[in-house]
Amino acid sequence: MIKAILIFNNHGKPRLIRFYQYFAEDMQQQIIRETFHLVSKRDDNVCNFLEGGSLIGGSDYKLIYRHYATLYFVFCVDSSESELGILDLIQVFVETLDKCFENVCELDLIFHMDKVHYILQEVVMGGMVLETNMNEIVAQVEVQNRMEKSEVSLFLDR
Amino acid sequence: MALKIVKGSIDRMFDKNLQDLVRGIRNHKEDEAKYISTCIDEIKQELKQDNIAVKANAVCKLTYLQMLGYDVSWAAFNIVEVMSSSKFTYKRIGYLAASQCFHESTDVIMLTTNQIRKDLSSPNQYDTGVALTGLSCFVTPDLARDLANDIMTLMSHTKPYIRKKAVLIMYKVFLKYPESLRPAFPRLKEKLEDPDPGVQSAAVNVICELARRNPKNYLSLAPLFFKLMTSSTNNWVLIKIIKLFGALTPLEPRLGKKLIEPLTNLIHRKIHIFSSHKMLCSQSHLIVSLSRIAVLISLSSGMPNHSASIQVMKYLGLLAMSKILKTHPKSVQSHKDLILQCLDDKDESIRLRALDLLYGMVSKKNLMEIVKKLMLHVDKAEGTTYRDELLTKIIDICSQSNYQYITNFEWYISILVELTRLEGTRHGHLIASQMLDVAIRVRAIRVFAVAQMATLLDNAHLLTGNMQRMGICEVLYAAAWICGEFSEHLENPMQTLEAMLRPKVATLPGHIQAVYVQNAAKLFATVLKNQEGNTDSTAAQETSQLMIDRLPLFVQSANLEVQERASCILQLVKYIQKLQQKDVEVAEEVCALFAGELNPVAPKAQKKVPVPEGLDLDAWINEPPSESESEDEQPKAIFAKEEPKHSRPRHTEVDEKELARRREARKQEQANNPFYIKASPSSQKAYQEAPGVEHIPVVQIDLSVPLKVPGLPMSDQYVKLEEERRQKERADKKKKEKKKRKEKRSGRGRKHDSGPESEEDITPAHMVDIVTEEMPEVHRSCLNITMNLKGNARTNMISAKKSSKHKKKKQKKEKEEKEKKKKKKHHHHHHHSDGGGEESVQNGTVEEEEPLPVSVYDIQGNLQDGSQVVVSVIFENKCDSFLKSMEFNVLDSLNSKLQRPEGSGPHDGLTVPFQLPPGVSNEARFVFTVQSIVMPQKLKGTLTFIVKDSSTHEKLDFKLHFTCTSYLITTPCYSDAFAKLLESGDLKCSSVRLEGVIMPFHHLLARICFHHHFSVVERIDSCASMYSRSIQGHHVCLLVKTSGQTVSIDAKCDEPTLLGNVLDEIKQTFSQC
Repeated sequence: MIKAILIFNNHGKPRLIRFYQYFAEDMQQQIIRETFHLVSKRDDNVCNFLEGGSLIGGSDYKLIYRHYATLYFVFCVDSSESELGILDLIQVFVETLDKCFENVCELDLIFHMDKVHYILQEVVMGGMVLETNMNEIVAQVEVQNRMEKSEVSLFLDR
Repeated sequence: MALKIVKGSIDRMFDKNLQDLVRGIRNHKEDEAKYISTCIDEIKQELKQDNIAVKANAVCKLTYLQMLGYDVSWAAFNIVEVMSSSKFTYKRIGYLAASQCFHESTDVIMLTTNQIRKDLSSPNQYDTGVALTGLSCFVTPDLARDLANDIMTLMSHTKPYIRKKAVLIMYKVFLKYPESLRPAFPRLKEKLEDPDPGVQSAAVNVICELARRNPKNYLSLAPLFFKLMTSSTNNWVLIKIIKLFGALTPLEPRLGKKLIEPLTNLIHRKIHIFSSHKMLCSQSHLIVSLSRIAVLISLSSGMPNHSASIQVMKYLGLLAMSKILKTHPKSVQSHKDLILQCLDDKDESIRLRALDLLYGMVSKKNLMEIVKKLMLHVDKAEGTTYRDELLTKIIDICSQSNYQYITNFEWYISILVELTRLEGTRHGHLIASQMLDVAIRVRAIRVFAVAQMATLLDNAHLLTGNMQRMGICEVLYAAAWICGEFSEHLENPMQTLEAMLRPKVATLPGHIQAVYVQNAAKLFATVLKNQEGNTDSTAAQETSQLMIDRLPLFVQSANLEVQERASCILQLVKYIQKLQQKDVEVAEEVCALFAGELNPVAPKAQKKVPVPEGLDLDAWINEPPSESESEDEQPKAIFAKEEPKHSRPRHTEVDEKELARRREARKQEQANNPFYIKASPSSQKAYQEAPGVEHIPVVQIDLSVPLKVPGLPMSDQYVKLEEERRQKERADKKKKEKKKRKEKRSGRGRKHDSGPESEEDITPAHMVDIVTEEMPEVHRSCLNITMNLKGNARTNMISAKKSSKHKKKKQKKEKEEKEKKKKKKHHHHHHHSDGGGEESVQNGTVEEEEPLPVSVYDIQGNLQDGSQVVVSVIFENKCDSFLKSMEFNVLDSLNSKLQRPEGSGPHDGLTVPFQLPPGVSNEARFVFTVQSIVMPQKLKGTLTFIVKDSSTHEKLDFKLHFTCTSYLITTPCYSDAFAKLLESGDLKCSSVRLEGVIMPFHHLLARICFHHHFSVVERIDSCASMYSRSIQGHHVCLLVKTSGQTVSIDAKCDEPTLLGNVLDEIKQTFSQC
């Protein structure tokens, strides 16, 4: 199971947080800070795994992360997930973002947090991996976006 | 209507949307909080509008603010409103917000059940999808129960998009509502063969998660998964299936063999998969994969450019190895060099993994080498966490399975001494316990250890030089103890004695000072003995003078333990000095104080003590106590005879918690006892976790030159020595080859090594005394400890008395209540009305005015057990200081005894399980066993406690008054049963007259009922019959008549003494009003 998905930038500012286990808001912020502290001090050419911080459950949980330009994508998972599998999943997720936003950058995530959430919802559901096929994910996201557009235009026509 | 919508849409154009909000926040970097609070006000306005579009926009913005850490739960209801919009766009916003901020205790969730059900059955698959996604995040047990059926139907939906979501969410439903698993499982199994790969993958996912919790139930699915593994091309599915097999193979060994082939194929196909492969740790194919992993690691280490992906492989390889190590240690051991290389890696994650591996890889041959390497790393390591990790690992590695791999303990001692050079470590405790353990158990090493420890003591200033290194000063505890206990091995005891009495010692933590003082006395004895051999008696007298000069420093210590030991020893030395001046030879007698050989005791030694004949350890000595807590829930029986007597209720009912607590307490005690051989590393951990070390602030200091303790041998030389020794041995061996005589081992009961054959050749230079089987000799030090404890208790009380005379004045209040729980309503009332009255009578002990803790108590009989009463005491702290370490003790009488936990003596106090901050009150219960209940009784007791601010011991005396009525229990009785009882004729009569009672008859009855636990059976005009029963089943019947101011009570009971006392007490009650 995935316990949490955190996206934050090089300064630790959250861009998307998705907890699959309840934490109060202030705790969520502390976890983000702690995770950022753990991840940011690591070089780019070291491995992508480390043990979870004390707030999120200690060494029973692993932090699996990737660093893309200005953003860190961090997945906190338990022992039932394969390290490489999740690493791959992060790649799939980022590539999907890239497709949906056409050359995604941090600004896209800043201004369209809701859309990023909708894409993530097609990849991970309730802490479990829903779909790993990028084409399928993109297709479903696009159908839903079209539906939204048609509803909005319907609304404006009226 | 149309107009309103148009108006709304125009409004909306002027509203801020999410992008505007984000932009706004970015433009207000200086006063972000202020800006956001105005935004929240705007959002609150928007939420008040009827237009759903405006609301949805507001909710969308709230979701963003939630990410920034703002609590948005106040808008939960609005979120539900948006969720129920008919438009997909808004619905999606609503569900997203809900999934981000709803949780089990959000109360509006219960409003959503119908809405979600509607959405689940919506014709639009995306409405359903959104609802499922949202639900997966905030499903509660109630929702799971109500919606389980709807979701199950969706598992066979025509659209694969819905099917896969429905399958996946079922896992969440199972978690919250486990009953749904059984009916849903057949369908879930069906989905494993779904034509859509997404659905298949979801089903595999769910079953893997389920199997992780309980693999046994899913063995039957193995063939199906086997098929899937060979046919599927989806990596994700493959990984999950292999993980699943990893959980299944330990249960079904045949599975492992079958898996070898497809797995090897897979490995060849996709190197990627191998990370999961590690899970299968049962079969020989591991060796195949292992070599591949090793190749990978070596490849990656050999490469000059450390790209991240290679690091990933390295990490996973090490992880895999640690899994394999558990089952195939030898195959991993061959890759030792590789793993040692990984210790040099710049990535901490990899270094930590490699460290984990090392633990399992050491042997007698390579221990020194590995530890030497680790020591190098300790010197180089940056950051205290990693260094501490290294330190614990070194000690773990060396001490594992009773120092199995250590051949030269001199080496180990010097390693430990070297470790004390570490700056800012938190593990001083750990090192100290190792030193003690080794010195006690390895006889041969004592001479060396003592010399080393003496040097440590001499150079104590290096360890305590600045406060940052306080963590490490724990080793001085071990050093002082070892030097004292084995002082006969000291080369220059006088010098060590002086070192131990330096004024600087007074800056050490209390428990260390205490050990210093005690062991200074032992040293003193040794010094005296040496000096008295000489003809010159002045030297001995000078030594005594030294003690007398230096000890007063410790007598002034704030620490009680130090103070007490120091004053005892000071008096002793003064006395010795007196004798010396009369030219009496005292050395022998002084030595006798500390005489006796110290032997290690095996943890299981007690088992070896034969149980004396005729002693049944399972039998109860006293009547078993009852569960006072459960009293409330248990319905009271009307008649005693209907109640089956529990002869030994507690015996089987000691609950788990209590057991765990006791066990914990015992462990703690053992861990802190240097004479107790720790059974396993776990107890050592408890030791290091003991309070005190963590609280010492550890600040790293920047020292470019490592601190070296002068005169200490470096452990490196032992590595060389060891090599030489081995070479020599080998040479010797060749000579004696024909005789094939193995070296005789001196240690007794030594455990045989499980290491490889060749290791047998390496003879240890020292033996650990591992006493596992033999009976221990009773040794002196254990006795010492108990004596110490008793001594403590005595002085504490004395000091308490002193201080209470000088400083605080205390007041004691006693109130007695005879009250049954059933009548809680009255309880309060009684408190006020009666308390005042009785106070004056029993307050003979009131001494002073300033209130300290006040205790109010209540005695209750226990219906389940005729010989027990429960006394609930309310402690109230009326002073301004924090009170702790309260101990409740009562002087037992022949008749009544305080029930103490098993193993404690008849005079031990009970620790009150809480501390009291000022002004707080709390209740504690104590169980008393009473043999005869016919007489009232008074018990004297004391409450000792520590006032935190002044850290002085205080004592409070009190008396507990057990009246006869406190043994009575209100028991209702029907008039016909009552009549029968009176007719039966085995009751004795007695009567009493009360004069001058001015109160209505029903008040009078109520008073008797209330204070004396009676119930009215029947009342006719000015005449009433009443009944009560004692805890031992005596019936007490009263006939109360009143005429004018005279009340006559005729009473019958099967126990005349009891009846007499009860009547006296009734009389007393009415004489007070």
